[in-house]
Amino acid sequence: MTATLTAPPARGDERLARQSAFSRLAGRPEIGALVGAVVIFILFFVVAPPFREAPSIATVLYQSSLYGIPAVGVALLMIGGEFDLSAGVAVISSSLVASMTAYQLSVNVWVGVLVSLVVALAIGLLNGYLLVRTKLPSFLVTLATFFMLTGLNLALTKLISGGVATKDISDIDGFASAQAIFAQSFDVGGVSLRITLLWWIVFVAIATWVLLKTHLGNWIFAVGGADASARAVGVPVKKVKIGLFMTVSFLCWFTGMHILFSFNTVQSGQGPGNEFLYIIAAVVGGCLLTGGYGSAVGAAIGAFIFGMTEQGIVLAGWEADWFKFFLGAMLLGATLLNVYVRRRAETRK
Amino acid sequence: MSRRVRRSLALVTAACLAFAGAACSSQGGAQEEADTNSGGGTNSGAGPQLKMAMVTHAPAGDTFFDIIRKGADAAAAANNVEYTYSNDGDPTRQAVLIENAVNAKPDALLVSVPAPEAVKGAVQKAVAAGIPVVGFNAGRETFKDWGAMMYFGQDETIAGRAAGERLKGEGAGKVLCVIQAQGQSQLEARCNGVREGFGGQVENINVTGTDLTSVRSTLESKLRQDPAITHVMTLGAPFALTAAQAKQTAGSKATIVTFDTNAELVGKIESGEIAWAVDQQPYLQGYMSVTAAAFYLRNGNTLGGGQEVLTGPSFIDKSNIANVSKYAKAGTR
Repeated sequence: MTATLTAPPARGDERLARQSAFSRLAGRPEIGALVGAVVIFILFFVVAPPFREAPSIATVLYQSSLYGIPAVGVALLMIGGEFDLSAGVAVISSSLVASMTAYQLSVNVWVGVLVSLVVALAIGLLNGYLLVRTKLPSFLVTLATFFMLTGLNLALTKLISGGVATKDISDIDGFASAQAIFAQSFDVGGVSLRITLLWWIVFVAIATWVLLKTHLGNWIFAVGGADASARAVGVPVKKVKIGLFMTVSFLCWFTGMHILFSFNTVQSGQGPGNEFLYIIAAVVGGCLLTGGYGSAVGAAIGAFIFGMTEQGIVLAGWEADWFKFFLGAMLLGATLLNVYVRRRAETRK
Repeated sequence: MSRRVRRSLALVTAACLAFAGAACSSQGGAQEEADTNSGGGTNSGAGPQLKMAMVTHAPAGDTFFDIIRKGADAAAAANNVEYTYSNDGDPTRQAVLIENAVNAKPDALLVSVPAPEAVKGAVQKAVAAGIPVVGFNAGRETFKDWGAMMYFGQDETIAGRAAGERLKGEGAGKVLCVIQAQGQSQLEARCNGVREGFGGQVENINVTGTDLTSVRSTLESKLRQDPAITHVMTLGAPFALTAAQAKQTAGSKATIVTFDTNAELVGKIESGEIAWAVDQQPYLQGYMSVTAAAFYLRNGNTLGGGQEVLTGPSFIDKSNIANVSKYAKAGTR
């Protein structure tokens, strides 16, 4: 990616200068998205009375977490300069593998969960390996895996379970404990929250720590920003990229486990289209499409903007046929605001 | 791959296998599956094997069309027929699939046609080539126009109207009609039918059918936004199951009713979580299309007397669920 050379704005020598706390905050990639999120929140708070109630917010946060968990990985990958278009179907591949392994072999569901983790990581490894080996754009490599996984999901499910959906696994040993980890609900002050929300926070925290406080984090920015010079200074570019693809696979696997243990069965045709939502979350949250710039917190805010808009339109009771239009218009608005705020922040320095 | 990575991979695999052996589940899973093979029936197919082509508008991985195919498979086995199958939800791509199928010169063409404008030309190429065409599932209003000699299916508007009348009889207040693929005419027709038959307030909502968690969240939000909703009408079994979950989380009292069934849904009707389902008997649609085409080719018979043969609507509720349940588990209802 050659365009990346110009990407990181307002860096360089300026970093050595002392900055006020305010301008440091204003220079963060996620600040524009945060302002967008606040504006959309206030908008729905005003126009949609049900949006003001805690259970509705719980649903908004839950739905955001399902976009947000894979988006953490997708954001890291995008900072590292690559895309993964197979992420949406990989989620369903994971749940199909876990479900069919446990059911067909009549083994404890945890065996299925672990087998599917191995398969998921192998998919990430394959994506990464093909990328560094063929030097094709990740857009093409993962588009190919996207189609292959879509076909495999359907064909193998039909071949193995004789139908296009997997069988109910809720009476198999280990289901209860797996459900407690991946898909339980718990009460906080009378409001039912789903556990993915906590996991989302954990994943965002880990990713943020890695990006900002570790060598690995520097490497990720380096391979996305300028991969040739990163290699020249000794960054293990190939390993970092393969690792990033496997991180995406891991988070997709996690989301897949949540889907399996909250629905007990899996429909094999699910998933396509969601890969774009993860990318959207990362980009709305301030990640550059060209790599080298972005943050995990930003992707979380991006996912929140998307989840909030999607649910907010319903909670506001707006005409259903216009749903997608409103969704697109609000995303455009949030992104424009994002760009505006970031430009202001940059010129202020 | 470094040797260390390779060795640890081998270790992981070995550990998984060992664990798999030790962790056999004492219950559930395939071990409990009874032999559900329903048998092929007697072979009524005299003469050489017939080759047919089936082209549908089914989205990939659709549980409903899976039942249609099971019916078609059984009929093919019983009638000494071999058939090819292809599907695409996009009308223009479906038209291409039909042309491909016609080019292979099958003995008969079996099609579902939700968008006649786009597909008509392709189907008429089959008619021009002297290939008999049988329609099923979608396209009832127009099947004579595009050249089908027989049609097996339900009228979506009639089915919707029947469902609407039943809702009226049950004293429903406000009905939410859940459309899982925005802009599909047969889904809109169902909701319109419900609106006509019910006569009261029916509101449509569009959800993303390829993402069940999103469907669930959207329905949760909708049920919170509008507490006046007394009935949720979904247009496919997986969405009814999802709506039942959403209802629970949203603390709603709404009754869930649906079009179409699958094995899991039947269990929920037994337990009362879902009140009833409108059944169009997809197994029969697949079975009869293949069978009728075979009879036409071997014996010159036609069914329906130039009119459509309706396979629905019938209702599945607590009163007849016991009868349907065992067939649903075998995947034929």
